[in-house]
Amino acid sequence: MNLLLTEEEAILKRGAHEFFAARLPVKSLRALRDSNAAEGFERAAWQEMAELGWAGVLLPESYGGSAMGYKGLGQVLEESGRTLAASPLFATILAGAPLVLAGASEALKQTLLPAVASGECLLALALDEHPRHAPSRIATRAVRSGASYRLNGSKMLVLDGHVADYIVVVARTSGADTDPQGLTLFLLDGDADGLTRTRTHMVDSRNAAHLVMADVEVGNDRVLGGVDQGHALLEPVLDGARAGLAAEMLGSGMEAFERTVSYLKLREQFGQKIGAFQALKHRAALMYCELELTRSAVIAALCAIDESRADIAALASLAKAKACDMLELVTNEAVQLHGGIGMTDDEEIGFFLKRARVQQQIFGDASFHRDRYAALMAF
Amino acid sequence: MHALDEFRAETRTWLEQNCPASMRTPMEDEERVWGGRNATYKNPESKLWLDRMAERGYTVPTWPREYGGAGLSGEQAQVLREEMGRLKCRPPLSSFGIWMLAPVLFKYGNDAQKREHLPRIARGEIRWCQGYSEPGAGSDLAALKTRCEDRGDHYLINGQKIWTSYANFADWIFCLVRTDTSVKHGGISFILFDMESPGVETRPITLISGASVFCETFFTDVRVPKENLVGRLNEGWTIAKELLQHERGMIAEIGRTVGGTVPPVDVVAKRYLGDANGRIADPVLRDAVARQVMNDRAFALTIRRAEQESEAGAGSGGASSMFKYYGTEQNKAKFELLLKCAGSAALGWAGDEFSSEELDICRTWLRSKGNSIEGGTSEIQLNVIAKRVLGLPD
Repeated sequence: MNLLLTEEEAILKRGAHEFFAARLPVKSLRALRDSNAAEGFERAAWQEMAELGWAGVLLPESYGGSAMGYKGLGQVLEESGRTLAASPLFATILAGAPLVLAGASEALKQTLLPAVASGECLLALALDEHPRHAPSRIATRAVRSGASYRLNGSKMLVLDGHVADYIVVVARTSGADTDPQGLTLFLLDGDADGLTRTRTHMVDSRNAAHLVMADVEVGNDRVLGGVDQGHALLEPVLDGARAGLAAEMLGSGMEAFERTVSYLKLREQFGQKIGAFQALKHRAALMYCELELTRSAVIAALCAIDESRADIAALASLAKAKACDMLELVTNEAVQLHGGIGMTDDEEIGFFLKRARVQQQIFGDASFHRDRYAALMAF
Repeated sequence: MHALDEFRAETRTWLEQNCPASMRTPMEDEERVWGGRNATYKNPESKLWLDRMAERGYTVPTWPREYGGAGLSGEQAQVLREEMGRLKCRPPLSSFGIWMLAPVLFKYGNDAQKREHLPRIARGEIRWCQGYSEPGAGSDLAALKTRCEDRGDHYLINGQKIWTSYANFADWIFCLVRTDTSVKHGGISFILFDMESPGVETRPITLISGASVFCETFFTDVRVPKENLVGRLNEGWTIAKELLQHERGMIAEIGRTVGGTVPPVDVVAKRYLGDANGRIADPVLRDAVARQVMNDRAFALTIRRAEQESEAGAGSGGASSMFKYYGTEQNKAKFELLLKCAGSAALGWAGDEFSSEELDICRTWLRSKGNSIEGGTSEIQLNVIAKRVLGLPD
């Protein structure tokens, strides 16, 4: 397992760093928030990202992708986390597209995936139905009638749910409401009859939606994978998304940390730089250690996916759990060490704190992943 | 066949033929082989294993052959480690000479010093101890006072060291001494001498764990030949600091391997707290165990990443302080968690009512407290990270 970046990955990372700093800095998220932008992200910037090839990093060349893999995409995600860039990278590229790739018919893949790679088609995954991540706790029902299914239920925290052209819905076709088996994935049109999408205004000013499905009709040809086989299709994609999100969180943590260390070297009190105080030095050094450990866990998870290793699930949970704990520590310390200025909306550090708590909840927080890791290790 | 694969096949065959069966079993700490003039071997095969490995240069596989090494590349040495791991071979030799002194001797020693000391270190003939800390110079090591006076044809050393690990068993000492009292860091020199020299006295210190691995070491008018000075006079601090980096890496490493007979924390937790399905029944402790083993794994991955970086020639200087800090704190946390999981069973001090493993947990728990004090406290490591890595002001 090569835990270092290849030359190609390093170039990708440098390019992404420059792009996000110039094109989608934190102030562009502030502008989206302040203008109450309907879509919650900049279409033009996403087009540019697609032209750079980032929308197709995970897709095979036959669908217009570059097949650079998760470690490559992780570098772009880490850099996007540095500026809290709002984009469809997560919902479309990490969650939606791999499900279509793994579960859709060839005809559907030919239609959708090249459009995903070119940045035209946006996807979303409608999974959770409760405020805490619980991928098996699904009450949304899909009942077969002839050549189609009828879906009834509701979903929350559907990232990009209000703008997606297609939405992958996890619904129950058999079993009890908490049974991991008996789930089926359906690909709905974003504007399907009976589907109500309501954008939620979250603390991180990013995109999420509530979905309500009332007798939404979807054809048999829109089933991804097999009927009742949704869990097996979903789990590896969720792990990929968790590892990718952990990479984004690593970037957010690095940026919040570096800004804080810079502030410690700038701010003077009692006639000296506050960074000279040992009480603050030690807190900075502790954060550095946690960031280093998180980086190792993130790279290992990304590599494991690219190498199809047997311990992907454990490493994805390790990466997400470490990223959650690290980012909670770093964002809290960042605000505290910035002092009063850290509490103001003018200073950008607060954006990192707000985004962090949403990143922590998406697809499982630290305690979710410790529980999962323990179960995987049979204790 | 790829040259490395060929090397792997050869090494595997050689190890299989030459590593005695008793050297492929888990090692208690008292079975560790330190070598030296007065070495005793609880198991005679330990000596055989040491001699066979030393003859092949495998106690120091990457050293040049002229100094007793095997001249292996980093990749070959990794293959050797992997193959030894596969057969569960014990380390043939544990040595402060290899881990701490040799790296600085290679860099700062003159030809005569390298020729005299390195081959003996490689063969485990001379056991070294480290004369650093003094009663008044712990974290503030550069405050050391042990005097070294120039007496024309020799140096004369007077003073006291403390926390000298295994000084009572050591043959030679590498020692920090004061050769100029008018400046602090710039008045320190790095010198080597024989512990059998007249005027050297050692007294073991009993620790809270009941063990006595450290000594007080006294020097009274000890005469040392002038050619035993390493590097230049009054430039010992540079060598001292560099050696500390090697020591920190070593302690973090030993910290993870001491108590070799103590099983992993999840295994102990399941034994004392497992339900019928093997799940840890206490949800709070189960979460704590998961946190512990996950941090262990992330730490192990970080060590691997640093090794890969250093092989690629891109290591960072503050890394050893991070590994020392995190490795020792993690080890202490592990033993606290073992105590919580095993309850009163891990609080036995002696006697047949407790298993040897339970007694080992208790003693090693106490010993682990020193990991974050020796070789630079955790607080000093955080200072080093803040200064060297983060560039925070003094």
